[in-house]
Amino acid sequence: MTRDRTPALLVAVLAAVAIGGLALPQWALFILTIACAQGLVVLGLMLLLKAGLVSFGQALYYCIGAYTAGSLARAFGLGDIFVQMLAGAAVAALVALVLGFLLARYRGIFFGLLSLALSMILYGLIVKSEALGSTDGFNLLPSMLFGIRPSGAWVRYAVAVAAASAALGSAFLVHRFLKTPLGRLGPAIKDNEIRVEYMGASVRYAIHVNYVIAATLAGAGGALAATTVGHIDPEMAYWTTSGEFVFIAILSGTGSVVAPFLGALIFGAIHTIAYDLSPNTWQMSMGAALLAAIVFLPDGLWSLFARRKAA
Amino acid sequence: MDQIGPVFVDGVIYSAWLFIAAVGLTLVYGVMKILNVTHGSFYALGAYAGASLTGAWLARGLPPMLSYAVLAGGALLVTLVFAPAIERGLLRFMYAKDEVVILLVTYALFLVLEDTIKLIWGVNPYFVAEPYALLGSFEVGGLRYPTYNLILVGLALFLAAGLAWILRGTRVGKLLSAVIHDPEMSRALGVNVDRFYLVTFTLGSLLAALGGSFTAPTVSVVPGLGVDVIVLSFAVVVIGGLGSLPGAALGAVIVGLVRSVSVHYMPQLELFVIYFVMAMVLAFRPRGLFSLAEPRRI
Repeated sequence: MTRDRTPALLVAVLAAVAIGGLALPQWALFILTIACAQGLVVLGLMLLLKAGLVSFGQALYYCIGAYTAGSLARAFGLGDIFVQMLAGAAVAALVALVLGFLLARYRGIFFGLLSLALSMILYGLIVKSEALGSTDGFNLLPSMLFGIRPSGAWVRYAVAVAAASAALGSAFLVHRFLKTPLGRLGPAIKDNEIRVEYMGASVRYAIHVNYVIAATLAGAGGALAATTVGHIDPEMAYWTTSGEFVFIAILSGTGSVVAPFLGALIFGAIHTIAYDLSPNTWQMSMGAALLAAIVFLPDGLWSLFARRKAA
Repeated sequence: MDQIGPVFVDGVIYSAWLFIAAVGLTLVYGVMKILNVTHGSFYALGAYAGASLTGAWLARGLPPMLSYAVLAGGALLVTLVFAPAIERGLLRFMYAKDEVVILLVTYALFLVLEDTIKLIWGVNPYFVAEPYALLGSFEVGGLRYPTYNLILVGLALFLAAGLAWILRGTRVGKLLSAVIHDPEMSRALGVNVDRFYLVTFTLGSLLAALGGSFTAPTVSVVPGLGVDVIVLSFAVVVIGGLGSLPGAALGAVIVGLVRSVSVHYMPQLELFVIYFVMAMVLAFRPRGLFSLAEPRRI
């Protein structure tokens, strides 16, 4: 039995963010924070991927989280990051709990299509809802931490550290979940559902639980993205947003709970650099990267590290 | 209730458009089991090719009545340039992979094609309204409709009839259904399955491109044009049943009429109703309204 290195790795990454963050420019901190938000969503997708399910509608919960955070800010003047993330996660979890009864029956392409339809329903509603700002969305108040509004230059750093702690904390919890009997069912379901049922486990229940966890993470990620960007709009529920998450999930692979965050960071980096170098061909670079990942690294970027360790 | 006429006409026109835009998707899925995201790219490619070629055609002062043929020719041209290359160069190596993985491959291709379009045609919008205005207009219930819309309806009916004839009434269609049911056995019996895949993918993409090029005169052709069409066509073919030709027609009619009713009476629900119908169909008849009973896989 090898020792579990993941908790130590998570603490090391958090420390690196807290110390290294002091030296980083504002824009880099912003990319880091967004990577944490997207990484949270992808962490959830990873759980589903492990069970062989690809959701093309995770933007549904991302958007729910963002609009929950936005509404809290608008209605009650609440701008605390952790309150917003908890609220976003809670609302997303509730919706997923209900929808999960339906979705847990679906597999393969039909799971993807139904989740896509559900996210497009939300998009259709928000786009036409004037109270929520229609296509323009609306702005959020500046972020606060534990009731304190960090002063100008420190906001980005404070938000980035808060985001990293929330993200890596969630990663730790998911890591623990994957060690439980229920968490270990995912890959078994992907391999052979009938055997899982013969073992006496309920596939539907396991998928439902994974689905709710994924939605919770996406809700928290959405709230974090909302407060970081300071603006939300219906595009957050559109299918291209879901597509980006699936993209990062495929790029990262399912090898470790740290992989989604690494993947999101690399995605953000490719995005920023490619967009900077050539604004009209950045999608092409992204598409090529995705193709390369599917063809050459079917287990994601993480398999690079795993292979080296095995050797 | 004097809106019934316009609601119906709008619904029929929109259904026709949806059918043209979506039928290729169901064809490709039905034969190759590929849920093809690049379908939207071919729609956009068709729109750009149609708009730019027709623009050039009219600028030379050539007969405007032939611009409809130019629209169709433009769609054919881009399809022949891109579709066979994509199928032979990339997709055929993926057939052994899972449906969802192939979906992701086509998504990656869609991203690449989005920018390819920008590289070829730039980011400025194209307008060619002439073919749209050329035929005058007709009136229903006090609302004027450009006669061009009848071309869309005619094209939809022609494509539906043509595809039905090819699939049901010809030797190729019979061979195709053999390929659909058992590619391996068909291959063993001497059917050139690879060629069927190539032709199907090209034909499916051509249908998308035709949808795009015949829409081009009615809109301004801008980057990102195909993005909406992808989800809309997904909705249409899922409602009727993935891979079913009558299903695509039924899906187009349902979505077209539902949307038109909603636009006239409750415009704020326009998008909601489309995807609501899609979700309901998936919830109760996941294989679509036109699906036959299928043995449980698990």
